[in-house]
Amino acid sequence: MIGPERHAALSAWAFLAPALALIAVFFFLPVLAALLLSFTDFDIYALGDLDRLRFVGLNNYLHLLQSPLFWTALGNTFYFVAVGGPLSVAVSLGAALLVNSRLTRFPGFFRAAFFLPVVTTLVAVAVVWRYLYHPRYGLLNYGLSLLGIQPVDWLGDPAWAMPAIILMAVWKNFGFNMIIFIAGLQNIPPTLYEAAQIDGASAWRQFRHITLPLLGPTFLFVALMTMIGYFQVFAEPYVMTQGGPANRTLSVVLLMYEEGFRWWNMGYASAAAFVLFALILAATLLQLKLRRKNTFDG
Amino acid sequence: MGQEGEQVKALLPEFERRHPQLRVRVQQIPWSAAHEKLLTAYAGDSMPDAFQLGNTWIPEFVALRAIEPLDERLRTWPADALADYFPGILAPNRLDGQTFALPWYVDTRLFFYRADLLASAGFAEAPATWDEWLRAMKALKSANDASRYAILLPINEWQLPVILALQRGATLLRDQNQYGDFQNPLFRQAFSDYLNLFEQGLAPPVSNAQMANLYQEFAKGTFAVYVSGPWNIGEFGRRLPAELQPHWSTAALPTFESQAGVSLAGGASLALSRTSPRREAAWKLLEFLAEPQQQARFYQLTGDLPARQSAWSDPALANNRHAQAFRRQLQQVRATPPIPEWERIANRIAYYAELAVRREMTADAALAALDRDVDRMLEKRRWLLARGVTP
Repeated sequence: MIGPERHAALSAWAFLAPALALIAVFFFLPVLAALLLSFTDFDIYALGDLDRLRFVGLNNYLHLLQSPLFWTALGNTFYFVAVGGPLSVAVSLGAALLVNSRLTRFPGFFRAAFFLPVVTTLVAVAVVWRYLYHPRYGLLNYGLSLLGIQPVDWLGDPAWAMPAIILMAVWKNFGFNMIIFIAGLQNIPPTLYEAAQIDGASAWRQFRHITLPLLGPTFLFVALMTMIGYFQVFAEPYVMTQGGPANRTLSVVLLMYEEGFRWWNMGYASAAAFVLFALILAATLLQLKLRRKNTFDG
Repeated sequence: MGQEGEQVKALLPEFERRHPQLRVRVQQIPWSAAHEKLLTAYAGDSMPDAFQLGNTWIPEFVALRAIEPLDERLRTWPADALADYFPGILAPNRLDGQTFALPWYVDTRLFFYRADLLASAGFAEAPATWDEWLRAMKALKSANDASRYAILLPINEWQLPVILALQRGATLLRDQNQYGDFQNPLFRQAFSDYLNLFEQGLAPPVSNAQMANLYQEFAKGTFAVYVSGPWNIGEFGRRLPAELQPHWSTAALPTFESQAGVSLAGGASLALSRTSPRREAAWKLLEFLAEPQQQARFYQLTGDLPARQSAWSDPALANNRHAQAFRRQLQQVRATPPIPEWERIANRIAYYAELAVRREMTADAALAALDRDVDRMLEKRRWLLARGVTP
């Protein structure tokens, strides 16, 4: 006899089975395969004839950690995350506050306008930004020249290429986080602000003591998602610079793509993917831990 | 691939008329994604019956066992048909005595230059040697102001350093292509020839992407010489202003003292997929596209230069004065090492050349690093050869 609880559990499993099967086949299986691949030297020779495949243990990981190119890519990725991430969150929050302010006219228009870059195809955006960044005919340098600043070769100068990519990425992505912040802001009961106004709190103190703490969960979500997304930066440098000049915009995912799909070093590329996964996991856990500590302190 | 994929369709009605039982379906892919798409198609077991590929990719697809050798089928060809191909262009299609692909159209690099600027610098004709060209370039540079240069060499390209090395007689790799040979004195010499062009201020240290509109810059005289391939005959004709049309020209690459002025044996070839069940029909298509008349028509459609020399007597091509330098250059072409790793090695050459031009590395350090990187890339090849397996 099957008890009613066992019965319920069985039907639950039966209902879940299709979804679980899909996740297993299209997510866990490929991840597992990639993990196995990262311990082999799978390349075009092995693709042609599996007899030419070697099990190499941790060699891919060792080579990766010894490769100056990987460290360059990792450094660039950290640069992108460390500068682009906070900048993106700050710009989204600023935009959200502006759009959400009672003084703003046509908030719907601004919300849509700021969100527009998010839904525009990146390649089209990149073409336009390449024109903006053009050293001789670009709008940006034209603006700078009016201020008396010498033209900057935005995408060609090794020092400026990454800032240029970050600027474009932030412009392209901040709309999404802005919408989430607006939702968070609208969840804050207006009575709190009214009470603060009666107590004579300045706008800054209202922001500091009401808006920020109550936005906490939204903030955590936005910061985590931005960080995870920014660690995986690929399309912007792929379209704008192909990782140049002198590999200054080569990101870890771009390196992985090049190794995997351009040179077909699947083993090595898989190893890079898992190193990146470990890094993102570590950074996420760290951020969660810091946040939890802060919440207790606050 | 690219516009060829579009234009080749114009040749196909004739093929289908001759073979009423056959229908050709053309799948068009952009050049930038072609290599990856073909590899993925192979991995996914969905290769086309016949396919176009860059001739430097042939060793890779041979290593994959993806290409059917053509020698059996070529036996039915008249004896002189293969000799009709530019020999240097046919060579990269053959590996270990077997023919794996048929050259379709050719690509090599030579000088596109502003004849008017050169004349005003005192050179009525294009010089034939590097020494004279260097004198001409110096004159061009000094006659110009600081924002003008003699030659544009995009620093993210590997072609010119490799061409100079081949002209100097360097082999690039050594011991059956098992190790890099970039610290060899011949390569080192070519590498410093290349760097000198930047150090003397003759070439601007910029990449391709930074030269947003090189046709405009060429028209303005920002540079007077550009090393490029056949596709730019058409582009220069379309994009340069009309008043400049009589004043640009092409010239075969210059030579060092005694050596030949070789350039690269590039181009696209057509191959049969080894796993295709329709190889017979696909071979008929390859044969059709290899006919001199079809080659000449394809040139008229695309501007791609034919691989068969007899197609060059077609009036459209014989009357194109810019193509004639290519014909001369094509007698003097050499292939890059025929190994699957070549594209990757070329990419590293470009990378270290860029670092050296930017002076982030000395030439010696760059070449040592290049040898080290290339030796690591060739590790699998050494292992396969040591096991007695053909890579």
